[in-house]
Amino acid sequence: MTDFFTKSDLSRKDAENIVSETLHACDDGELYLENSKSESILLDDNKIKNSSYSSDLGYGLRAITGEVVAYSHSNEISNSSLKQSSENLCSTLKSKKGIYSHEIPKTNKKFYENINPIEEKSLNSKLEILKGVNNYTRSKGSIVQQVTASFLGEHKSIEIIRSGGEVLTDVRPLIRFNVSVMLEKNGKKETGVYGIGGRQSYDEYLKDGKWKKVCDEAFRIASVNLESKPAPAGEMKVVLGPGWPAILIHEAIGHGLEGDFNRKKTSAFHDLMGQRVASTSVTIVDDGTLHNRRGSLTIDDEGTPTEKTILIENGILKNFMQDRLNARLMNTKSTGNGRRESYQHVVLPRMRNTMMLNGKYTQEEMIKSVDKGIFAVSFGGGQVDITSGKFVFNCTEAYEIINGKIGSPIKGATLIGDGPSILKEVSLVGNNMMLDPGIGTCGKAGQGVPVGVAQPSILINRVTVGGTQL
Amino acid sequence: MVKDQEYLKEKALYCIDYAKKKSATDVQIILGNSISETVNFRNRNLDESERSDSLSISLTIYIGKKKSTISSSNLSKENLVTLIERCIDTTKITPEDEFNSLPDNNLLAKDFKELDLYDDTHLSNNKKIDFLKETEEVASNNDKINNTESSFTETKSNFILASSDGFLNGYKSSSFSASCVAVAAMNGAMERDYEYTRKRHLIDIKKPKEIGSVAAKKASEKLNPRKIGSEKISLIFDKRISKGVLGTLASSIVASSIARGTSFLKNKLDQEIFSKEINVIDKPDILKGLGSMPFDSEGVQSKELKIIENGILKNYLIDTYNGKKLNLSSNGRSGGTTNIYFEKGKISYEELLKIHPKALYVTETIGHGSNLVTGDYSVGASGFLVENGVFTYPVSEITIAGNFKDIFKNITLSDDLEFDYVANSPTMLIEGMVVAGK
Repeated sequence: MTDFFTKSDLSRKDAENIVSETLHACDDGELYLENSKSESILLDDNKIKNSSYSSDLGYGLRAITGEVVAYSHSNEISNSSLKQSSENLCSTLKSKKGIYSHEIPKTNKKFYENINPIEEKSLNSKLEILKGVNNYTRSKGSIVQQVTASFLGEHKSIEIIRSGGEVLTDVRPLIRFNVSVMLEKNGKKETGVYGIGGRQSYDEYLKDGKWKKVCDEAFRIASVNLESKPAPAGEMKVVLGPGWPAILIHEAIGHGLEGDFNRKKTSAFHDLMGQRVASTSVTIVDDGTLHNRRGSLTIDDEGTPTEKTILIENGILKNFMQDRLNARLMNTKSTGNGRRESYQHVVLPRMRNTMMLNGKYTQEEMIKSVDKGIFAVSFGGGQVDITSGKFVFNCTEAYEIINGKIGSPIKGATLIGDGPSILKEVSLVGNNMMLDPGIGTCGKAGQGVPVGVAQPSILINRVTVGGTQL
Repeated sequence: MVKDQEYLKEKALYCIDYAKKKSATDVQIILGNSISETVNFRNRNLDESERSDSLSISLTIYIGKKKSTISSSNLSKENLVTLIERCIDTTKITPEDEFNSLPDNNLLAKDFKELDLYDDTHLSNNKKIDFLKETEEVASNNDKINNTESSFTETKSNFILASSDGFLNGYKSSSFSASCVAVAAMNGAMERDYEYTRKRHLIDIKKPKEIGSVAAKKASEKLNPRKIGSEKISLIFDKRISKGVLGTLASSIVASSIARGTSFLKNKLDQEIFSKEINVIDKPDILKGLGSMPFDSEGVQSKELKIIENGILKNYLIDTYNGKKLNLSSNGRSGGTTNIYFEKGKISYEELLKIHPKALYVTETIGHGSNLVTGDYSVGASGFLVENGVFTYPVSEITIAGNFKDIFKNITLSDDLEFDYVANSPTMLIEGMVVAGK
């Protein structure tokens, strides 16, 4: 645990007093303190290209009244700096009065251990693994042109001080290990990328030669793409594989169910609560309580314990994801989805681990039912326009389906569709739910936060595939 | 007030001194402070105010040919000492790389032209509120608009770049930006669009009336879109989109990608990659320019660079490390381009619209569908169908796809170049791409 006040002229008592004085006439708010350490070690082009370490310390003081949020953050934890922030907030909210004081529920549960992954593994042994990755992957043949691998580790301590001196804390480890391979054959170049990660030590993911599986997978994806042909263009049936392709659910539906867009009525879902938005086989939850997962949190960045929130149950819209601000304004409770990238950012309702639950079909049954379509196994990135509901995805591994059989791999095509209508086009839901490997980062309003996704295979009746073959 | 040069210099020199004492052979430091104030409005009411005060240091230590970097936001001496010692320890066990070094001394900036990048004007939050009120009132006057959000940000920054070979320079800069997002609704469906302005000096930003009315007009024009069929059709990229082609070009000619062999433009130097009429220039010394800078992030002098001349690729974007690897000198582009732009074409915007009887005018793309290894491109798009030079109806939920090798050779530019962004392009016609729709 970090003590934020030992090396500062600001005492804990002073801080509590400033917080209480600033917030006494407000609806909500807090002082959020954060100390984060991170490392990045990168192997590229046969060399250690980068080894960097970062240490970041700062606070954000937030006051909310009605719908108005005032926020001030700085990396100087000092008496004068915090007082200046307080004055800044008070001047913004000067004519406004609030009274809300919804208590933060307490939890004893923890969804990850208090470890520092950066210090738990020596730099030498990380360098050793990177060297191993390079040699092992390059030994797969002369078609391997480039190998890139990286360790990313983070240790973040947070403390929340609320009006009246209430204190909430959390310590969050996070790691990610990535391998990217570029192959060249007959003048054609393709890349394959794979990674793993979560909230445990590096060794949990890499020990006993497990890192070789990451290299194998990156190499396999690149090899598949070397044989790929141009993708078709037009509307067709699409089978999504299990696990990571659930980022389609995250983008196409998840964002539209975040509290802020619905309070502001800019989401296509804002007036559909309690109504059928998907076929009966579709149930989607957002779960912050899975042990050691990338998107899991013991408490969110407002101090609310996370939970498993049912968003869509058997096709019916049940809940939005809420932070305290949007929950208060929509007369409901926070679901523990209030998150921020760091003390430099305001809290927004954000996803944690977003999952579509199992149905009863096998993936083979789905593929068999398709005359002409594509089978998408992995995606690169996606994006959504909340207002119009339109979303896109880039396939990084996909195959054509012809007469119920998987055919040739196809080149990076984009899928485009409409969030609310795609849910209704999900006709079969598989029985093979899988979690993603722990690599997702979600961007919203310029803030990136770690998230997870999961789903079984699903069959979507109609999606536009943006290839080049007419 | 942002920290002054004296404060930053003192910290930088202390770090260099301490690192040298602890056996560093070379040191490079970037130290910066940035203060920004943002006010957000929604539906004509105050929504959020934010004040941000950020300090940052990034320090790279060399011991011979070994190198390692630390960064932090905590500039207390105690913390700096701990971090420098940690960095020294890390550097010692990091493997050597023969290309690691500070920039060549003769390339370091000596000419520090005044580029007028700093405007000391401070707009109080109350004035920002007045600005946004007017913006949203104008936007809301449009009866199709049911939701508006707008934002004003003022940023003042100062930084110093220092290295153990004596380079010590930095400067203040400022930026003022305002934006308005309008949501138009009809028959239960909604469309969103925006207008945005950002300048170094307050006096140069667009007026609230213009921002509000443009955002509202653009959003309402998008209502009731249709999906078109899958076909090969000529595309016209609005300036908001055409400038993105420069981003792709820049990322594909960065020396690091060339050295690693991961760019589709590897080995294309001195070859024709665009049609003959196309010229691309990167100009670091535009007065008040959003991308202007006298030197790059290593202190190397930035000079005007012809990137594409008569369709031919003339220069990569080169930093010290990758330059040494490629046997080329740094051209002051560590950190990428400065103010990059397409030279304007010969025909007017109206003439461009009429070149083909039917074309798709693209105003928005979504997704990250550029593969710089292969040049393949596929993104979601929306815009308008243009028939005989006239906008006929909005189009959405389609994708556009092609390969940049072909796209580059099939570009025609109009003469409406303006300098609104860091990268700037006239309106652009591209022939031969495929639209996937119904």
